[in-house]
Amino acid sequence: MATQHSRSAARIMMAPAVVLLLGWMLVPLCMTLWFSFRQYLPLRGGDLGPAGFDNYVRFVTSSAFWPSVTTTLIIVGGVLLITIFLGIFLAILLDQPMWGQGVVRILVIAPFFVMPTVSALVWKNMFMDPVNGLFAHLWRFFGADPVVWLSDQPLVSLIVIVSWQWLPFATLILLTAIQSLDSEQLEAAEMDGAGVVSRFVFIVLPHLSRAVTIVILIQTIFLLSVFAEIFVTTGGAFGSRTLTYLIFQRVLDAQNVGLGSAGGVYAIILANIVAIFLMRIVGKNLDR
Amino acid sequence: MARAVTTQRKIIFTVLAWGLGLLIFFPILWTILTSFKTEGQAVADPPVFLFFDWTLENYSVVQERSDYLKFLTNSIIIAGGSTLLGILVAVPAAWSMAFVPSRRTKDILLWMLSTKMLPAVGVLYPIYLLFIRMGLLDSRIGLVVVLMLINLPIIVWMLYTYFREIPGEILEAARMDGAGLKAEILYVLTPMAIPGIASTILLNFILAWNEAFWTLNLTAAGAAPLTAFIASYSSPEGLFFAKLSAASTMAIAPILILGWFSQKQLVRGLTFGAVK
Amino acid sequence: MGRITLEKVRKAFGDVEIIPQLDLTIEDGEFVVFVGPSGCGKSTLLRLIAGLEDVSSGQITIDGVDATEVPPAKRGLAMVFQSYALYPHMSVRKNIAFPLRMAGMDKAEQERRVTNAAAVLNLTDYLDRRPGQLSGGQRQRVAIGRAIVREPAAFLFDEPLSNLDAALRVGMRLEISELHKRLATTMIYVTHDQVEAMTMADKIVVLQAGKIEQVGSPLELYQRPCNTFVAGFIGSPRMNLIEGAEAARHGAATIGIRPEHIDISTNEGQWQGTVGVSEHLGSDTFFHVQTGASSQPLTVRATGEMALKYGAQVYLTPRTAHLHRFDAKGQRIE
Repeated sequence: MATQHSRSAARIMMAPAVVLLLGWMLVPLCMTLWFSFRQYLPLRGGDLGPAGFDNYVRFVTSSAFWPSVTTTLIIVGGVLLITIFLGIFLAILLDQPMWGQGVVRILVIAPFFVMPTVSALVWKNMFMDPVNGLFAHLWRFFGADPVVWLSDQPLVSLIVIVSWQWLPFATLILLTAIQSLDSEQLEAAEMDGAGVVSRFVFIVLPHLSRAVTIVILIQTIFLLSVFAEIFVTTGGAFGSRTLTYLIFQRVLDAQNVGLGSAGGVYAIILANIVAIFLMRIVGKNLDR
Repeated sequence: MARAVTTQRKIIFTVLAWGLGLLIFFPILWTILTSFKTEGQAVADPPVFLFFDWTLENYSVVQERSDYLKFLTNSIIIAGGSTLLGILVAVPAAWSMAFVPSRRTKDILLWMLSTKMLPAVGVLYPIYLLFIRMGLLDSRIGLVVVLMLINLPIIVWMLYTYFREIPGEILEAARMDGAGLKAEILYVLTPMAIPGIASTILLNFILAWNEAFWTLNLTAAGAAPLTAFIASYSSPEGLFFAKLSAASTMAIAPILILGWFSQKQLVRGLTFGAVK
Repeated sequence: MGRITLEKVRKAFGDVEIIPQLDLTIEDGEFVVFVGPSGCGKSTLLRLIAGLEDVSSGQITIDGVDATEVPPAKRGLAMVFQSYALYPHMSVRKNIAFPLRMAGMDKAEQERRVTNAAAVLNLTDYLDRRPGQLSGGQRQRVAIGRAIVREPAAFLFDEPLSNLDAALRVGMRLEISELHKRLATTMIYVTHDQVEAMTMADKIVVLQAGKIEQVGSPLELYQRPCNTFVAGFIGSPRMNLIEGAEAARHGAATIGIRPEHIDISTNEGQWQGTVGVSEHLGSDTFFHVQTGASSQPLTVRATGEMALKYGAQVYLTPRTAHLHRFDAKGQRIE
């Protein structure tokens, strides 16, 4: 079917996309690598010469580094836990017979379409504001002292906000996976004497495992670079500075590009470790 | 399962699901409601839910104070422009990968995906610097290009999975029926591909609309889209809940509506075809 | 017109030879069925004739004209695909008219031909529907309609009935045979179902591993299979093939006897045996009898009224005139 002629035509058709992405990947990547080995301070004269591995060493030995790693892990881990467990629960619930299933689905999915700056600000002000927020009203109603969420519990607050944004994604993917489960398999298990719990543990969960893995990997990649939510809520204060945010501050706030670039290289390596696993799964799927 | 579902069970599930659904939706609902309150009612304790004096005042204040329409235009141009540009580049690529696959097709697809995984912050400064040098900082064209590039892998992937579903026998039938390459593309392939292209456009418009890293870092006053417009509310001045709500409602309403249409494509697009 | 000849045609994908060199002639107006187990190369052979695959070497001529390098559309052939390959976005009318539109035929003529085809195929009421709104049988008819309107030199069918349920299949089988009688156009039909081959074909081509095992009319193949493969493949239930001492007694490596050519009796006969499973079809009864003559149970046809208990002792006698003898290579001994 595929003649020589159509092959060369295919190459030409593919070229623009490949060239653009190659440029988009290589040019900034090389620049980041270059800067990371230079002492580069735009406000103090620009490129002040080579720095060897100084930037890499300084980035990890700075007092802000380890806290930012911990913060990143807590936020990513917390959001993953919440979205996966609630997501499985919601997906199974939404798969049950009920009235108005379509409407409920829409309600559950809606947060995903809210832009990050909006959801962060709405949560920050209208829910978590210590004076006028709904939570404050609620706490006072029960006679408790309102919590100053974003400064006292910054990580919990961020996890709540980001989980709310990503729960729909997890739910939707897990629901799709559940719906693709052959009902005859469940019936066969029932005939084999498996109760509701056994059916869930031995049939439904294994069936979901691939979807769960995909949710974890994709969310991890996006969660590692959560930015806008922190930008408009705490601005990185109160121990809510993630690795991404730390690099952002080094580069654009402190204008220490060399140092920030070294951090950027770390972030790229970290993301690639996660990406490799995701690509394996996706790649396998291509062979079908 | 083909079994009679007891009404009792159905009622329990319905109540539970609606309860949770409304709980998850509540922040959006509350934002929309608050946007119609006066600032006083917006912070009333106990909160008023439905019985307040509905007003549109906030919307006009938001428009007057910060020219909502300008940000809206920017958002539409940036999201729309980047999506259309992306489609233009991606359709031929996805097309050839789906219909004239070679041994390297899979590698190219995976490599494209890997560029999507590059953390934005890692390349923030180079892009920032390039934008300054090329005079693209705070320009719509610059953002159109950047958003096109970050979404290009998803666009190619989505289109590829759609194109691959067009059965080969149909194309062979068209060839047997005497359709040349042009007729084949015009009368058979394109009509069959349009639904896939449409949902790809929809999903990527949404993703570009909500993008909030590059739009926040590469714009100032001129080209700022709605993400940045909302971010300007992060430093409060007096009572502003109702105005914030009005601004938020205006920023998310268009996309909420589009989003509900695209929920089916969402799964496919965001999992790169790994879950359908 | 539609005389198709294949001369020294060979097809290989890379190093894998799908079809070793073969010759075949299909006469004008013939209904030829390619039959064989799955993976035997019968679909590839059809696609070579259609032009959807290029031959690796050899020549295909259609009505005396060399068509080896001619693109599919220009060969004057129409094809009905296994999945029907209907254009989902076009109405039935547009689907059927598509090849005419591609040929640049004027609208009135297109309309006339579509109307005719629809009338022949009972599709008149469905012309404005989309394929998605039709049943399997109706889709099948649309696919045939799309082939008919072109008035091709030959029709090619690639397992067209395999997606239909059993009852519909019998009906469509008749319709296609009927169509062939009416149009008297060459038809080449690929199937793995020997019943379809037997009931529809003027000429059957039995293929195995890309090789033609035998070509002939259904009865020729049934009565004089030229090797054990054809003997076992054609006929349902299968011919009994017996090896060993009993075969040697007839001077052959293998002997074959069809179920209807064995007489069964409860008191005397050549082979003694024990009745296993009985299959009652109403008109006939098939007994599976374990005898000393063969390691496999023998299938025997008897009248519908005959009833024997599981485990009953019986005697079988083959009718010697209907015995098929095969040598050690499986070839027929005359």
